[in-house]
Amino acid sequence: MTSEIFQLVLMTVVTAATPLILAAIGELVTERAGVLNLGVEGMMIMGAALAFAGAYLTGSTTLGAICGMLAGVAMAALFGLLTIGFAINQVAAGLALTIFGTGLSGLLGAGFVGLKRDRPGHVHIPGLSDLPYVGQLFFGEDIFVYIAFGLVAGAAWFLSRSRTGLALRATGDNHQSAHALGLPVRRTRFLAALFGGACAGLAGAYLTLAYTPFWSPGMTAGRGWIALALVVFASWKPWRVVLGALLFGGATMLQLHAQAASIGLPGQLLSAVPYLATIVALVLLSSGARKNATAPAALGQAFIAPR
Amino acid sequence: MRIDLEPRLNRSLALDLGAPIVALAGAILIGGIVIWLLGKSPALAFQVYFINPLLEGWSLQELAVKACPLVLIAVGLSFCYRANLWNIGAEGQFILGGVLGGWLGILTHDEAYQGVIGGWWILPTMLALGVIGGAIYALIPALLRVWLGASEILTSLMLVYVAELGLDWLVRGPFKDPDGFNFPQSVVFDDIARLPFLAEGERLHAGVLLALIVALIGAFVLARTLFGFEVRLAGEAPRAARFAGFDDRKLTLMVFAISGGLAGLAGIVEVAGQIGQLTPKISPGYGFTAIIVAFLGRLSPIGILVAALVLALTYIGGEAAQVELSLNSDMTRAFQGVLLMCVLIADTATRYRVRLNFGAAR
Repeated sequence: MTSEIFQLVLMTVVTAATPLILAAIGELVTERAGVLNLGVEGMMIMGAALAFAGAYLTGSTTLGAICGMLAGVAMAALFGLLTIGFAINQVAAGLALTIFGTGLSGLLGAGFVGLKRDRPGHVHIPGLSDLPYVGQLFFGEDIFVYIAFGLVAGAAWFLSRSRTGLALRATGDNHQSAHALGLPVRRTRFLAALFGGACAGLAGAYLTLAYTPFWSPGMTAGRGWIALALVVFASWKPWRVVLGALLFGGATMLQLHAQAASIGLPGQLLSAVPYLATIVALVLLSSGARKNATAPAALGQAFIAPR
Repeated sequence: MRIDLEPRLNRSLALDLGAPIVALAGAILIGGIVIWLLGKSPALAFQVYFINPLLEGWSLQELAVKACPLVLIAVGLSFCYRANLWNIGAEGQFILGGVLGGWLGILTHDEAYQGVIGGWWILPTMLALGVIGGAIYALIPALLRVWLGASEILTSLMLVYVAELGLDWLVRGPFKDPDGFNFPQSVVFDDIARLPFLAEGERLHAGVLLALIVALIGAFVLARTLFGFEVRLAGEAPRAARFAGFDDRKLTLMVFAISGGLAGLAGIVEVAGQIGQLTPKISPGYGFTAIIVAFLGRLSPIGILVAALVLALTYIGGEAAQVELSLNSDMTRAFQGVLLMCVLIADTATRYRVRLNFGAAR
């Protein structure tokens, strides 16, 4: 019996980690192309608002998720126009995107506050899902979890094994050389940014469709920023994103359970744990990473074609 | 379609001054379209947001009071951003300044501490504590960057959430007014611990003068001192700065201390001036709005004075719009985001000749 509870706890950890995995894997691909999109929080919250609106109006979780992804893509396209088209400083543009997304999502979602939907059902594979101890954990999650893991596997293969992935990494490491080789630097970066937007939108969609099945303004609560930190934590390597996200999901769940059990620590301190953990993770990994410089070399630099 | 950028060889002053104005006009246009799409009258919205607050005495004072923290924070941020360092946690540093300075206001509440030497020292000490609180909080991401190479962008932002939660805990716990019917707020500070008002019965407090002075000093330091040159050089030509023997680690700590200190000052000015006590929410996002102010003011303290008034206008207009147009505060936030984007595009247009190349791929 206790092992069944253990499995349920692990499943909540996976649930908390999934939006982080989704947003972080998209940002990872974007950053490998040399684009630092600090607007993840803004894209994610737009995805959350529009996914809920779409799902509520159509009654379909799938269509809702697609709305969320499109919202993320639209925001990323705006970011691409600013930073890749107009060569605007990426940090400033990312902040603008987050401020804009926070406001616009509140405006668009205003009519949906307080409404509720049912969570999507979990996958059920006869036999496998009923296995004791691990069946639910591995074969009975909701569909988004499998999409998240599929995206990580796909991104890992794409970046390290495909020709296009190699071109993308070249763009992120040295855009002048990539340009000299005839690679379409700006197009590659724009598409990478759009992929990041779709993932962030899907991450937001997960929050309103499966995690808390309702919409409230500001509900991403810094998850977009934590996803950005996870990319650094993962040293820009896809599978490490999963590890990092599960650790964060674990920390989040631990503090929730600690609050529920009222162990005497102030609730605010426990709520601060994910943010403090992010800082600690950044510090630990940054000091290690400096030795073998894993960040894409041209990260955050605007490319202006020489003539 | 392809956008081609050609660097401009000589920049004109007219372009530099005109760019923010064009950006503001563009943002207002986009905002108007959004409001029209929401089924409200853009003309009425323009009047409520940008005209009405300028017509009455009290709202003009309110404008200056709201612009005050924005100026203080943005002047500090301009030092950081000029040096190409990204402190985006001014909101947290604002809170720390308010908390540390406000703590003295709470301690000296019952006047027992004032008996022997009088209370004249309380307000200046509160302001100093505000500066120290903000500066120390800003030095955390700066030190983590200098010592361990951690991204100052993410750490400074994470500390905002921590500061908000910390303030929440304080006003519900140790700082709570014991006679406050369990409301999450501190005692109201004594008059001696409040910033004096500039005229009897008015809203304008001494913090406004302080902001003006800080902007003038900031402009002088940035334009006319060796330190200001060092800051600008580090941002525009980091290699040259290193060859010149400037210590970029020291510079990082300095600009973070300055911007954090000023954000902390803004925090205690708000707490000791406008609010008069500590509450769970002492800032309607000033620390983030100040980022827009800094860019709209083109990272120059004098420009920031004007830009802060514009953004303060969106706050006051936003409050009025809630009542008259039933548009909630998210409209203000979305507009601020659009404004920042327009400002950044206009900034590119001053540095490059922008050519739209239709039909070309890539």
